[in-house]
Amino acid sequence: MNIAMLLEMAAEGDPERIVVGSHDGGITAAELLERARRAATFFEKTGAEVVGYFGVNSDVLPVALFGAALAGMPFSPINYRAPDEQLKGIVARVAGGMMVADDDEVERLGACGATHVITKGELAAAVAEPVSAEHPFVDPEEIAILLFTSGTTSEPKAAVLRHRHLVSYIIGSVEFLGCAPDEAQLICVPPYHIAGMAAILSSLYAGRRIIYLPQFDAAEWVHTAAAEHVTHAMVVPTMLGRILGAIEESGTELPRLRHLSYGGGRMPLELVERTLRDMPGVDLVNAYGLTETSSTIAMLTPDDHREAFASEDPAVRARLGSVGRPLPTLEVEVRGEDDSVLGPGEKGEIWVRGEQVAGEYVGNTVLTPDGWFRTRDAGWFDEDGFLFVEGRLDDVIVRGAENISPGEVEDVLMAHPAVAEAAVIGIPDTEWGEAVAAVVVLHPGLQATEAELQQWVRERLRSTKMPCVVEFRDELPYSPTGKLLRRVLREELSEANPAGGA
Amino acid sequence: MRLKSQADACEVVVVKAPADPVDLRCGGHPLVATTEEAGAQSVEAGFDGGTQLGKRYADEELGLELLCSKAGEGSLSVGETVLEIKGAKPLPASD
Repeated sequence: MNIAMLLEMAAEGDPERIVVGSHDGGITAAELLERARRAATFFEKTGAEVVGYFGVNSDVLPVALFGAALAGMPFSPINYRAPDEQLKGIVARVAGGMMVADDDEVERLGACGATHVITKGELAAAVAEPVSAEHPFVDPEEIAILLFTSGTTSEPKAAVLRHRHLVSYIIGSVEFLGCAPDEAQLICVPPYHIAGMAAILSSLYAGRRIIYLPQFDAAEWVHTAAAEHVTHAMVVPTMLGRILGAIEESGTELPRLRHLSYGGGRMPLELVERTLRDMPGVDLVNAYGLTETSSTIAMLTPDDHREAFASEDPAVRARLGSVGRPLPTLEVEVRGEDDSVLGPGEKGEIWVRGEQVAGEYVGNTVLTPDGWFRTRDAGWFDEDGFLFVEGRLDDVIVRGAENISPGEVEDVLMAHPAVAEAAVIGIPDTEWGEAVAAVVVLHPGLQATEAELQQWVRERLRSTKMPCVVEFRDELPYSPTGKLLRRVLREELSEANPAGGA
Repeated sequence: MRLKSQADACEVVVVKAPADPVDLRCGGHPLVATTEEAGAQSVEAGFDGGTQLGKRYADEELGLELLCSKAGEGSLSVGETVLEIKGAKPLPASD
């Protein structure tokens, strides 16, 4: 079991199927395998130990990924948006590696310490020449992908995904060549996001053609989706609203689009409902997963979405805000502070165990001896086994003896008609240790005061969960992959309110 | 671990290996490692149902699961017991 085998199977099962690029002129499964083999030979000759990828999405990306896999070298897509300081640290940690980079990044990589850089064009040229070389079957225990996690709170960690984790995930969740012949997936998440990596493997194994958007841009997304007859796409929360806006603005119709999955952060409920209303023919999937788990571990299916959306029962309706149920191949539990398994409705930490779960960083396995991975995400199951994720445990606000989930307060704030986005964070407080603070973006043209929103929360939750400060902003800070940068807000508000507000 | 048939083109990858060794066959003849020399056997009657590329073949009780990476005309079996395709409800695409 290794990820190169997935490509070999795709090339065996339907060699002439176009798997990457335009329906007119894209490359076939057989061609992708041939190019990957040549890339493997090329990588082997360099004597490098790791293949890094530093750049935006492109058709060269799957060639480099599978080339590295065939050569038995870890593939490490690196965040090209990382500031120089961070990049230097990352480059030092993949020393002995070679980088495949965008033309305009070569200089910067060199300045940050990379010694062996080639451009995508150079790799593409290298794989244009036929070579004959045998590549031994790579051991499933070898590292397939090294991903530096976003490090929103600390130094990035290098997450290790071995071949067996990724292959288990794919063969356990994707039907081989199971998709309809016209299916095409638009990939707009960056290569350094786990979803960007998993999308290559799952699309290829399903037989779904991959179309790349170099970088996300809503207008470009809509244009490409129409031009390339895109049927499937995965988006992070910040993208979806912009896409809906761009569709409305351009008047573009996307009659072929029939499947949108979203994940990577909390999607505002309002946006999910709007999508269900505006695109009734599109199947929605909410996917919850982590880098350390080889992507998705739970999903809210299209049927779940429709059932919840149509339901009058508040408990069923609430599932629109859940991440659905765990994949059947996995065990997921919610556990308390003493590690005991909690029942429905009880909040705790989400734990997961299964073949796709890596739970490993370079030099450090964090699985428990019996194979469980602690996600550090707070959550709970409802009576029917739907999982609700409330955010990172590190973000939980500890006010006196009470633990307050930012997500719970954010949901209430966002239910206010004037509120478009809300972020709730803990700020230092002399009396309570931490106090609840909120940063809110209002819908254009609508008004709400601090006192009004405080009252709104107090009426719906306990008074201890009422934000002592509500700040209004034009926008919230997000990472390019849609993660709310709470740390930034925490720093700004802590400075502005040195003693808290309680 | 990769295994190949001696009776047809079938190749499998071991996804889950049972605790104890089992008598794994294809087309009625023992599977061998892909690196080994294969004999030229023919598919036996009763073991000629064929394998399909990309399907998983399993025996839950034994804790055995194979993924077919090349198809052939023979059936996979443990001893005389033909292995069934592991049926799994396909999941919607999530990434």
